[in-house]
Amino acid sequence: MSFLDILAIVIPAAIVSAAPLIFTALGGVICERSGVVNIGLEGMMLFGAFVGAVCMHFFEKMHLGAASPWLSFLIAIVAGALFSLLHAMASISFKADQVISGVALNFLASGLALFLTKKIFDAGETPMIHERISKQDVPVLSHIPIIGDWFFSNAYATSYVAIFLSVVVWYVLYKTPFGLRLRSVGEHPMAADTMGINVVRMRYVAVLISGGFAGLGGAVYVASISGNFTHATISGQGFMALAAMIFGKWHPLGALGAALFFGLAQSISVTGESLPFFKDIPSVWLLIAPYVLTILALAGFVGRADAPKASGQPYEKGKR
Amino acid sequence: MKKKFGALLSVGLAASVMLAGCGSDTSKETKGGKDKKDFKVAMVTDVGGVDDKSFNQSAWEGLQRFGKENGLAKDRNYKYLQSQSASDYQPNLQRLVRENYDLVYGIGYLMQADVQKVAKQKPDAHLALVDSVVENQKNVANILFKEQEGSFLVGLIAGSQTKTGKVGFIGGVTGPVIKRFENGFKAGVKTANPKAEVEVQYAEAFDKAEKGQQIANTFYDKGVDIIFPAAGATGNGVFTEAKNRAKNGKKVWVIGVDRDQYEEGLPEDVTLTSMVKKVDQAVFDVSKQTMDGKFPGGQVLNFGLKENGVGISSHKDHVTDKALKLVEEYKQKIIKGEVKVPGTDAEFKNFKVK
Repeated sequence: MSFLDILAIVIPAAIVSAAPLIFTALGGVICERSGVVNIGLEGMMLFGAFVGAVCMHFFEKMHLGAASPWLSFLIAIVAGALFSLLHAMASISFKADQVISGVALNFLASGLALFLTKKIFDAGETPMIHERISKQDVPVLSHIPIIGDWFFSNAYATSYVAIFLSVVVWYVLYKTPFGLRLRSVGEHPMAADTMGINVVRMRYVAVLISGGFAGLGGAVYVASISGNFTHATISGQGFMALAAMIFGKWHPLGALGAALFFGLAQSISVTGESLPFFKDIPSVWLLIAPYVLTILALAGFVGRADAPKASGQPYEKGKR
Repeated sequence: MKKKFGALLSVGLAASVMLAGCGSDTSKETKGGKDKKDFKVAMVTDVGGVDDKSFNQSAWEGLQRFGKENGLAKDRNYKYLQSQSASDYQPNLQRLVRENYDLVYGIGYLMQADVQKVAKQKPDAHLALVDSVVENQKNVANILFKEQEGSFLVGLIAGSQTKTGKVGFIGGVTGPVIKRFENGFKAGVKTANPKAEVEVQYAEAFDKAEKGQQIANTFYDKGVDIIFPAAGATGNGVFTEAKNRAKNGKKVWVIGVDRDQYEEGLPEDVTLTSMVKKVDQAVFDVSKQTMDGKFPGGQVLNFGLKENGVGISSHKDHVTDKALKLVEEYKQKIIKGEVKVPGTDAEFKNFKVK
């Protein structure tokens, strides 16, 4: 197997596994940019995965065919947003500790999703979903030599949506008045308030959007990777997304890069074990490689990562 | 003051909850010389729950069948307790022992330490443990499965049906149980097709579907056409990858594990067959022995092909007649003891194809 063949295995695999992380990390960026810490990404993702799986199952029964996963994504977005409303209410309106409210959301999501699964299906997991999204070659582009094999073959459409959305989020956050307001609320809410920005409303909007993104991430995970929802479906991906957000310095394109980097590191570690170059490395080194690479990257190349200034602090009007 | 009251209240509440656990009748007569109708058997599930489509569910099915065939009353003579978290194992086991159940099952190796503790505390109780062993404890029956024998059979099928001469095995976490799957499978493949190559990789996780998918992706790209994953939910990713490939017109197969995974392969129909582990059969047998007064305490029971503890699923439409013949032939040989299927790496090294 030549080096180019290996890359043609590793890169598409990385893009596939990165997509759910990208969606969720984007949600994290928006939320924290507005000054609300979101440890609850995992829970929102889990809830989205659950709702997505349930919808896909019933839409499939209604014979919606190939449209069923995409409709389910929309519903998962709404469900994730509604679910994140709890976090928004606790941490913005009631000024609770944002970390604790996020952790509570994680517990609530796993308990609630499993409970509902049992109620609906009378089983510990949802049935397997048959009507999923599937890997395809992108027409025309996949015929480009080399690059076509790397980036446009054997890929899910959702991966391109994820990358496209990162750019959209970047544009919205940095090139529109809305984005400027959102960021100002996260940096110095009092100053923003003085300028007539409704801090509470901005933060609510940001948390809801992040919930929608995380819900989408969960549903995409179900449709493209796991195929059903069980207690083990979302186990840590939300925290990976959180790490990708910090790694990406709270910047949408940074988060995109970090999520792709995680995906690549994992796909090299998984694929490496059966590839000529890496075969002689003891497998334990390959297994820890993604984490070691992340630490190295964080310590060596990324430099200082500064959180938004007002992140984690509830805004109280008139308080100095 | 307020704080103190709160603490007092919570202690009171905790105590009442604990006492409630012991509330059930303990006035029954002691064991021995019991009528068959009074036999009581129960099980404690692990966190997977009684409907996990896997060994908890299978164990409960075995218990239900046992209860029905012997005219026992559900909830009185046979029942299960669900564990919500690992901290529930011990209280659940203790509660059933206190309620004078004649036999109490702990389902799954996760409960090993708890079964051991309860067995030590209550030497009169009869306990049984599935998938693990409590050593030197006369009142625990240990139920193990010869996964290697079932895996050997699906290995035979894979070996004789591979078109590329390459098959794959994906393990969950390295350990003695999954090693039995691996070595049995490899031995089966080599027996059917000495020239076939077996790719082996461990995901080191039972719950990472994306890892399963990536490994399967690599295997299939390297020309593997049949994969046998013994990796829990990680195996879901293998099915996803196989279905993707099937949809794009490549014929690849997955072999299901632990139970019939035919449904997982639909609609592209990528499940070749499944290797099944009949926990229900084991639970049924041990319950029956205990009821007949022959509780196999202190023993390690190995459920293999002979005991009907492992096998292949009834969904085998895609298996060729030739392969089925081979399976039948070796099944008899294993049952008669002519072929000993390797369960460890060392045994596999010394394994000779007959």
